[in-house]
Amino acid sequence: MNTDLRVLVLAGGLSYERDVSLKSGRRVLDALRGAGIEAELRDADVSLLPAVQADPPDAVVIALHGATGEDGSLRGVLDLCDVPYVGCDARSARLAWDKPSAKAVLREAGIPTPDWVALPHDRFSELGAVAVLDRIADRLGLPLMVKPAQGGSGLGAAVVRDATALPAAMVGCFAYDSTALVERYVAGMDVAISVIDQGEGPQALPAVEIVPRNGVYDYAARYTAGLTTWHAPARLDPAVASKLAETAIAAHTALGLRDMSRVDLIVDADGRPHVLEVSVSPGMTETSLLPLAVQAAGLDFGKVLAALVGRAARRGA
Amino acid sequence: MTGTTLDDYTDRYARRVRGMTASEIRALFSVASRPEVVSLAGGAPYVAALPLDAVGEMLSRLAADHGPSTLQYGIGQGTLELRERICEVMALSGIDVGCGASPEDVVVTVGGQQALDLVARIFLDPGDVVLAEGPTYVGALGVFQAAQAQVVHVPMDGDGILPEALELAIAEVARSGRRAKFLYTIPTFQNPAGVTLTEERRERVLDICERAGLLVVEDDPYGQLSFDGEAPAPLRSRRRDGVFYLSTFSKTFAPGMRVGWILAPHAVREKLVIASEAQILCPSAFAQAAVTTYLASMPWREQLKTYREIYRERRDALLTGLADLMPAGTTWTEPKGGLFVWATLPEGLDAKAMMPRAIAARVAYVPGTGFYADGTGAGHMRLNFSFPPPERIREGVRRLAGVMEQELAMRQVFGAVGRPAARRRGQAAADAPDPGLA
Repeated sequence: MNTDLRVLVLAGGLSYERDVSLKSGRRVLDALRGAGIEAELRDADVSLLPAVQADPPDAVVIALHGATGEDGSLRGVLDLCDVPYVGCDARSARLAWDKPSAKAVLREAGIPTPDWVALPHDRFSELGAVAVLDRIADRLGLPLMVKPAQGGSGLGAAVVRDATALPAAMVGCFAYDSTALVERYVAGMDVAISVIDQGEGPQALPAVEIVPRNGVYDYAARYTAGLTTWHAPARLDPAVASKLAETAIAAHTALGLRDMSRVDLIVDADGRPHVLEVSVSPGMTETSLLPLAVQAAGLDFGKVLAALVGRAARRGA
Repeated sequence: MTGTTLDDYTDRYARRVRGMTASEIRALFSVASRPEVVSLAGGAPYVAALPLDAVGEMLSRLAADHGPSTLQYGIGQGTLELRERICEVMALSGIDVGCGASPEDVVVTVGGQQALDLVARIFLDPGDVVLAEGPTYVGALGVFQAAQAQVVHVPMDGDGILPEALELAIAEVARSGRRAKFLYTIPTFQNPAGVTLTEERRERVLDICERAGLLVVEDDPYGQLSFDGEAPAPLRSRRRDGVFYLSTFSKTFAPGMRVGWILAPHAVREKLVIASEAQILCPSAFAQAAVTTYLASMPWREQLKTYREIYRERRDALLTGLADLMPAGTTWTEPKGGLFVWATLPEGLDAKAMMPRAIAARVAYVPGTGFYADGTGAGHMRLNFSFPPPERIREGVRRLAGVMEQELAMRQVFGAVGRPAARRRGQAAADAPDPGLA
């Protein structure tokens, strides 16, 4: 392993997930340093590009969550600076970040994902909210999952079990994004599968099963240790686990992703997987799923990151 | 296989720790620290207005010339020199020897916050009731929650706490068989409401509490920050007994010093000192020496005038901005001092639910829910004017108005959706920023 690498970890940003990102960034920084790699942490602000140009790092780890880190735009800017980074390129990030677009690609590739409709708020004012919501509830059936078309950490997301709660869920969602994704709710086991490619093709790490104490994997349940029980590997029949791993790799591949991603799925009562979304900049905090999966696989988080950084540096910009 | 909660201590925490969870509203405040965001969410004094070179020189001399004492432990009650200076400061607002204010009865604390915590420690048993203005200071709610006390809010209007409502609340608590230990009040330039209890009501409130045998904890961090004439004299200047007076140098000098105090009758003072020693051993000798020297040798009254002028200009910028730009149906208080304006949103708007939209528009405020123990208050927001310069304040209000217009349009499309059910009691802090947020 090349330990002469100099790595820049980007964290913070202006997204709703700034706080999460700062935690992810610090954990990545510690893990890289623990693996003997020289690394520094920086916010994505006006000082970033001058610093990168004055002293280009060998590779960047994007621990930014939310738009800047995941919508591909920052990746595009790093491309302009000829600085290599861990993870997929700008185009694939853009695709995965927009949940309706990603779901369309997944469905096209034959990967199961719950039925959905994506609507900007303007459409509700044009066509009348009541009429549109009635149609949605009628067609997709209750319960429904409402979430921002773009975004993470469960922010602005709500399960709607009763049609009367739908308008409030829409308003809550539109506070985070101008487009809402309304999805058929699939009951079952919440599972996340991290996909890592250390040079030998994408590999699925053990599935992590998520059991929130109060039944909802909301912001508090995600980021407060003690409020959720995580099982890694998930308590699944080996055949189901294997099917899940295949599905996750298929999703990673269909979206053209690279190095690492996290695929969030539901396993229904019949053991069938349903892909909900795919993250190109997975959380790396103390309670995040990818580091849990790395540990469950018997791997060292620092060494995995070091391998990915080495791969990015060799690949070049 | 049992899985992991990533917290091996889950079943060992004290009950009062249960509400301490990650909060998406607090997470949003982390964006507010970026310079792109106009933050009306903080509560930070504008310490850049201090003569920083002179302060720096003073601090340097304190270490170089007096290090053996200023860098040493001190006594639990705080230095006599500082307590004497504190009495001089209190005398300016009418709390003087005539009403029994003596350096002997002053306990120096680590900011006003420790003063509050000490009062809670020596007076509150789990289940006790504290009466407090609604809304009230979020840091006080946190202290009362940690003491496992219940807060009963007493409503205010533009003239401060409503005496009739106070009487009703006292009677109601008594009827329910609970015991109200004290009224916690910020009578002057209240945080977060910005209102001041009138002269006439001060007497009535004191009479009501006296009759009911209710102690009064008077928190007065802002009394010296009056813009339009002098503030009414503190409650403590009107009563020797039954009123404990808390204040701080955080707003008159600098919050980084973390120096506050309590004035209490001698019997209570003794217990406060013992409780404080158990908590912190002694307040920082260096910070006490710094404040003492600042008061003794620097033009602190001039500095106070400077702070007042800066804040008056900023308050005016905020009030003008609100009058020019806010959507119809919005109302707000017009503070005559202090750091905050309390705005009430048009019917149907929810300040907490609107937060992400505001952050996207690069403006931040504190939703009203941060200032009520019972999770109500979503129809209000607290706006700070002490930190951002006037032009930034106006820009912040412009952004905020845009956010509210969008939210109103959304409510029109989806109809009245109601506010989410009030959350569990005692989670106000989840909706308020870190104290350091400017």
